Amino acid sequence: MIANLRDLYRYRVLIYTLIVRELKARYRGSVLGFLWSFLNPLLMMSVYALVFNYYFRFDIKGYAAYLCCGLLPWIWFSTGILEGSRSIIVGSNLVNKALFPAEILPIVSVLSNLVNFLLSLPMLLIILFFYSIKVTPYALLLVFPVLVQVLLMTAIVMFLSTASVYFRDVEQILANLMSLMFFLCPIIYMVDQIPIMQRYPILYKGNPIALVMMSYQDIFFYGRMFDWQSLLIIALCSLVLFFAGYAVFNRTKDNFPEEV
Amino acid sequence: MDAIVVEAVSKRFRKHRRKRFLTLKSTLIDMVTRKNEARTTTFWALQDVTFSLRQGEMLGIIGRNGSGKSTLLKLIAGITKPTQGKVVVNGRLSALIELGGGFHPEISGRENIMINGIILGLSRKELLQKMDDIIAFSGLGDFIDAPVRTYSSGMFIRLGFSIAIHVDPEILLIDEILAVGDAKFGHKCIEKIEEYKNNQKTILLVSHDLSAVEKFCDRVVWLEKGRVMAEGHPREIIDQYLTYIEREESDSYAAEHAHVTSDLDSHYEHLEQEDLDGFGLLSPHEKGVERKRWGNREVEIIEVTLLNREGKKDYVFQTGEPLTIKLVYQARKAIEKPVFGIGIFLQNGTCVYGSNTDIEHIQIDRIEGRGEVHCLIKALDLIESSYYLDVACHKRDGFPYDYHFRLHKFAVRGRFHNEQGIYRPVHEWSLKSETLSGKALEDHGPEHL
Repeated sequence: MIANLRDLYRYRVLIYTLIVRELKARYRGSVLGFLWSFLNPLLMMSVYALVFNYYFRFDIKGYAAYLCCGLLPWIWFSTGILEGSRSIIVGSNLVNKALFPAEILPIVSVLSNLVNFLLSLPMLLIILFFYSIKVTPYALLLVFPVLVQVLLMTAIVMFLSTASVYFRDVEQILANLMSLMFFLCPIIYMVDQIPIMQRYPILYKGNPIALVMMSYQDIFFYGRMFDWQSLLIIALCSLVLFFAGYAVFNRTKDNFPEEV
Repeated sequence: MDAIVVEAVSKRFRKHRRKRFLTLKSTLIDMVTRKNEARTTTFWALQDVTFSLRQGEMLGIIGRNGSGKSTLLKLIAGITKPTQGKVVVNGRLSALIELGGGFHPEISGRENIMINGIILGLSRKELLQKMDDIIAFSGLGDFIDAPVRTYSSGMFIRLGFSIAIHVDPEILLIDEILAVGDAKFGHKCIEKIEEYKNNQKTILLVSHDLSAVEKFCDRVVWLEKGRVMAEGHPREIIDQYLTYIEREESDSYAAEHAHVTSDLDSHYEHLEQEDLDGFGLLSPHEKGVERKRWGNREVEIIEVTLLNREGKKDYVFQTGEPLTIKLVYQARKAIEKPVFGIGIFLQNGTCVYGSNTDIEHIQIDRIEGRGEVHCLIKALDLIESSYYLDVACHKRDGFPYDYHFRLHKFAVRGRFHNEQGIYRPVHEWSLKSETLSGKALEDHGPEHL
């Protein structure tokens, strides 16, 4: 296991190159190119802002700014998980024909979407500024929720990418689970607006993804410290989960070339 | 030291994999019905394969399609793991298998060189240094900055080959790439391989190009149905391999012949022209050749047999071997002055040779009942190919009693596979120079053929 991790470190240049490839390939051929990594979340946000500001009327001051704080990491999470779970199948030409550790592929999915997330942060700052929300020094703590999210996502994709090699159904189920999870997390709403969440706080306190999303809202929207205890617990659990997932991945990866 | 050791390696595949995917549903059903065992029938792509490769040696692997050659290469490359046995590789290895496999279609050739090179084990720095060489060798020119999806298949493979060859490995695995690209690129590849050989690199070549294998390799392993059939000196193993193929081919020609003759028997009442095509006699790839039989059948050719040197029935002959065409005829009544003829044709209809007893002033006064006509070709000086044989019996004015048009087939096998033309005159090469006066280069005399 440790030797495998050292191997991974040895392949960091490859990971870096594959991330660059992923990012380059994503917008290659479109007129606006890299601008899409800003435009996409912006457009998505506008849709939600329109619907929930004017149609459903959640009463949140600076709604678009609030939305943006949760939506950007959510986009990273959901696309990263979806791409990561497919990565072995999509990258079959690499798995089949070249000698390299297959776990690189799901990790690249997580990290390339992280880069996209980071690139969209300036947009967040602009929107915060637009709503005259002060950016406090707490924003510098961004690195912690990001690290926790990387860990959590990597752990999840280790399981899912392995599973989807054997069961092509995973993809179909996952897309729906993602939209369920989106609504279970306080991204488009606030926790204190939802009676059932008030009554049963476990509904969000027991949801690691919700807690991670909320920590972004804490440091940007509210300008305050995040719930570091919960985040620490999530980090530790993710670590355990990662090792378990990696073990499963390693046990099955020798069969990948035959299965994909 | 041994660069590659393959020890008692077996590889098992599941059969149904390519046809259907395992789904959650099927797994659940299997768990309930416990039918899993029966459905996942497996087959062995390789069985108990053992050989090794010394440092600096060039080994060729030959065998027919599906004999496990590519599976073996993938095992040695470490892409897949053996089910049983062990593969040990000492040294940096580069595999020229499915070239350009890892290319991403949307990004440029140049960017793909970076990624592919890193996957193959080069560092960024090395790659930047070698970039110009790689591009130059691939011969892609300005296309290098275009997305790879715009490349032709030849360009794709040339780029893949160029990267792989510049990895500068200690061990090189090559799968059927000598035939890649145009002649110019082919020459470059061969030069590069010779350069590698001279630098004492270990090379494993998988190829159907037997002359290339014979030319380059120090040793040859012949795989058949996943097992090692033979191993040893290239010329010796290739000859064994060809003989084996020939025997199998001969069997299949014999089966086809049996088909034709049984058909002749059952349809000889139809005196007019009949189209044998309609009886499903022809395999699909021969559809282009129309095979017919016509004549009034007053004299009928009831059997056509090709005999080899030993007088045994055969369908595959060596260049320069004797061949006897034996016709058995049955004349229903007394026939005056019949003429028997033969014709040898290429698949495309070109006549290789045609003659008959009348042309050669052989008088046959009168036949009745059953009899035989033999035509002995003392030396079948044709190049390697398959040939059609027409036989006929007709009147002197050409009126046919029985004409077999393209009904019979035989093959000629030679020692060399790229000879041009049809006819192979018996010949010898010799070189005369002041240092090497009068010494025959290599004896291609008839005693070898």
